[in-house]
Amino acid sequence: MYLMFSFAMFLLGGTMAMVIRAELFQPGLQIVEPEFFNQMTTMHGLIMVFGAVMPAFVGLANWMIPLMVGAPDMALPRMNNWSFWLLPCAFLILISTLFMEGGAPNFGWTFYAPLSTTYGPPSTTFFIFAVHIMGISSIMGAINVIATILNMRAPGMTLMKMPLFVWTWLITAFLLIAVMPVLAGVVTMMLMDINFGTSFFDASGGGDPVLFQHLFWFFGHPEVYIMILPAFGAVSHIIPAFSRKPLFGYASMVYAVGAIALLSFLVWAHHMFTVGIPIAGQLFFMYATLLIAVPTGVKVFNWVATMFRGSLTFEAPMLFAVAFVILFTIGGFSGLMLAIAPADFQYHDTYFVVAHFHYVLVPGAIFGIFASAYFWLPKWTGHMYDETLAKTHFWLSFVGMNLAFFPMHFLGLAGMPRRIPDYALQFADFNMVSSIGAFMFGATQLLFLFIVVKCARGGEKASAKPWDGAEGLEWTVPSPAPYHTFSTPPEVK
Amino acid sequence: MADNQTYYVPEQSKWPIVATVGLGVMLYGLAAIMVNGKQGVETTGSWITFWIGSAIMVYMLFGWFGTVIKESRSGLYSPQMDRSFRWGMSWFIFSEVMFFAAFFGALFYARVFAIPWLGGEGDKGSTNMLWEGFQATWPLINTPDPEAYPAPEGIIGPWGLPLINTILLVTSSFTLTVAHHALKENHRNKVKIWLSTTIALALIFVFVQGYEYAHAYQDLNLTLQSGIYGSTFFMLTGFHGLHVILGSLMLIIMLVRILKGHFTADYHFGFEAAAWYWHFVDVVWLGLFVFVYII
Repeated sequence: MYLMFSFAMFLLGGTMAMVIRAELFQPGLQIVEPEFFNQMTTMHGLIMVFGAVMPAFVGLANWMIPLMVGAPDMALPRMNNWSFWLLPCAFLILISTLFMEGGAPNFGWTFYAPLSTTYGPPSTTFFIFAVHIMGISSIMGAINVIATILNMRAPGMTLMKMPLFVWTWLITAFLLIAVMPVLAGVVTMMLMDINFGTSFFDASGGGDPVLFQHLFWFFGHPEVYIMILPAFGAVSHIIPAFSRKPLFGYASMVYAVGAIALLSFLVWAHHMFTVGIPIAGQLFFMYATLLIAVPTGVKVFNWVATMFRGSLTFEAPMLFAVAFVILFTIGGFSGLMLAIAPADFQYHDTYFVVAHFHYVLVPGAIFGIFASAYFWLPKWTGHMYDETLAKTHFWLSFVGMNLAFFPMHFLGLAGMPRRIPDYALQFADFNMVSSIGAFMFGATQLLFLFIVVKCARGGEKASAKPWDGAEGLEWTVPSPAPYHTFSTPPEVK
Repeated sequence: MADNQTYYVPEQSKWPIVATVGLGVMLYGLAAIMVNGKQGVETTGSWITFWIGSAIMVYMLFGWFGTVIKESRSGLYSPQMDRSFRWGMSWFIFSEVMFFAAFFGALFYARVFAIPWLGGEGDKGSTNMLWEGFQATWPLINTPDPEAYPAPEGIIGPWGLPLINTILLVTSSFTLTVAHHALKENHRNKVKIWLSTTIALALIFVFVQGYEYAHAYQDLNLTLQSGIYGSTFFMLTGFHGLHVILGSLMLIIMLVRILKGHFTADYHFGFEAAAWYWHFVDVVWLGLFVFVYII
């Protein structure tokens, strides 16, 4: 359910991205009005982050965590059901704002005050309540994950024997519970500022718009790790399976995830170097941010070391996983460039930033989801997917994605600002390349839909363990896994 | 993990969908009330939407918790379910802590950074040029732009009503603990007395808080609109007040359940959850008393 919903949202958000790229295909205003363009960038960001990536991982968690720890279902199944149903409800409200007077929110997915308070459209209030509902949903989902992991593990499965996907989700859930309430608090302050005359973000009453950014990024930075940590976990299953070697440095992987999560609370102001925070603050946040490279480096090293001298085969999940490691590292490096405060003054709010976070989110989070989907599809449906088509999907996505986002680095370094519908002539070539790549990537995803539907409807029967290198409880049960798989707990040695 | 029996998987339930519809309709109505009210459009329809949503929510709460209580009373839950509920409740309280942390963060940021900067001190003192002659004080009795945000004429001192409220809440935490111990020892009459006392204290607290708000609005011109002091003051105490009301409702439901003869000396997680929540509300108040009223 989660996965289907998230894919629908992925297509919707993707359509908006297509509108953006179509407008940017050539310089000048052609297709849409600038106001509508702003609404598109905002909704694209919100839908992709909250509607596509997060529910996809929650969906994977719902399906895989009970299987991996040997439980029948999540610990609190009804609450789980509620947190799912809240999502369509929230997005119904959010999307309805597109048809309201004054249009949808148009201030970017970061909804900085005072753009979103003093100058926001009337629909902002609806947007705020939609965020509240999503927040409730995520918190309940996270509580459920933690309760399941801590309480429903099979006998003998100690914490340090848990599969990495479970570990990364445990830490993600903790991050969610810690930061979603802060988001709820900040949108509540917005609501009060808009409708009840408070002055949290208005300096003429003694508040401060920068306060908004502090609170928002205190949520926002852990949020980006919420979107990537489960992908780390999934890749840590896939790479060993296709290298036919156990994962290199399991314990260090766990500690690295923990370290990333802790550091994520201490780096929020690196999104705000240019708003005028004190120099000591800039230095602190710069160093803290650079520190994150260490645990991330440990993880990349471990993945590479796992592949080293393994007997590798490259089925679709492995292709996505390897692309994940390589491209995520590129995204990480551009992150390091942005983390350096004096350099960030140059890059801030340019397409370089857009390139950076699309490199960590698309080949990071999204490729992680594709890899997991192909890896576990046989388990879910009981059929093998079409390997040729899946490989086509991979190569088209890979090429399209790089074509779309790599030129953005150059555009940003040359000084093209983000979130504008028009640009100077010298940026025309790279923008055209980028748009072509984006259309290619977007169209390719229909192929994914086709592959999944085909796989669900039939195909070669999958055995209980279709990948010979794979390990874990989920492969001990037949494919597809029976309803409420483990009604009595399995034994783990 | 030693005592795992077979897992308990509950029946499928309609309540989650009812809850979603209720919450969605309620919040949609609320947003419509605000938006239309601001534009001066008729809000009757929005109010109707809001009340329909609220009614569905109330129906859902009774239904959902009713089902859980029934299942729990018929002994369907294993110790494992009990632990799941415990984890769930603890993390829920943790999320509430973070919610309040956001508002405390806003308070500290305004006091330590934003206000002094506006007054010309520190790293970003140049922002003083926006409103020349603005004096940074806390409590903020002059706002940078008095026309947009008229300043309060006075603030609520800590040693009057707030002190009484502190005593009320701390006492109520004690009486609740006494009630809990009595429940463990199966003295049911004692439980009823002490739990009722707790609820009475809670209601007095809410009343005093309401009286204090009226005083602030009518006599001191301390309102939500009176600059950042009023904003943080009312948001922090207001959200705390809502949590007190919610906590009191939980305690009242526990009292009803006790009167009906629910709970045993060994198994009474519903009661414990309400008690945890109550202690959390109490601790938040202590933070408020120190940082909002005294300092």
